[in-house]
Amino acid sequence: MIATEASASVFDALGDPHRLHMVIRLCDAGPCSTLQVAQSISLSRQAATKHLEVLQTVGIVTSSKRGRERIWTVEPQPLTAAGDYLNALSRRWDSALERLKAFVET
Amino acid sequence: MAADRIEKHALLDAPLERVWDALSDSAKFGTWFGMDVDGPFVEGATISGQINETQVDADIAEKQRPHVGAPVTLWIVAVEPLRRLAFRWNPLPGGEFADLTTLVEFTLSEQDGGTLIDIVESGFDALPDEHRDGTFSGNSEGWAIQTQLIGKYLALNPAQ
Repeated sequence: MIATEASASVFDALGDPHRLHMVIRLCDAGPCSTLQVAQSISLSRQAATKHLEVLQTVGIVTSSKRGRERIWTVEPQPLTAAGDYLNALSRRWDSALERLKAFVET
Repeated sequence: MAADRIEKHALLDAPLERVWDALSDSAKFGTWFGMDVDGPFVEGATISGQINETQVDADIAEKQRPHVGAPVTLWIVAVEPLRRLAFRWNPLPGGEFADLTTLVEFTLSEQDGGTLIDIVESGFDALPDEHRDGTFSGNSEGWAIQTQLIGKYLALNPAQ
């Protein structure tokens, strides 16, 4: 069981369509203010903030202050890690095969 | 990234009978795989296991360490002596994935005085039908969506 719990929470956070669209928006457009994100998916600023904070909790986005605005940026690492689950599971079989080889060839 | 299956092949320098024994004897399977199991592999049986550290590979042992004691269920699908072992299991930890099972199939054949083993794990793109409209719909879409997202992100950030 190599796939991490962190990946599970990334999937979980992206299970909400609003949050998913926010991440797609941030991937497409680059860093955006809260208002820009909210407007792009027709949400109130308050609702958008709530969703963005969920994404920030699992590490998919980070925020920084610019004047009175919060600017949101996508973090590639958790997404790549989550997307990499098949590779991780594939490597699990590579190493399992090596162990089987060691087991039967000795 | 392959969509639905993982396929592995290896030529083992050991007689087919010995490889079959290592696969089909559940205790021996557990020894090399790194899993404690509670019963023999018999077609139709449900085996409860626990992840254990393998003694063979330090890297893998380290990755398994956080999961030691994690329960694993194997649903034995086929035991065809000296030829094929198949089971379903849950490939990912976490409640979100409790209903995702994949089919793992080991097929053996004699080749060049040794044994050729094929391993196929399939079914990553499919959740059970009964969950497609239920609470798991978000996650069942998640697999495909993840792939798109990663592709999108990597296209924008080729250096990553």
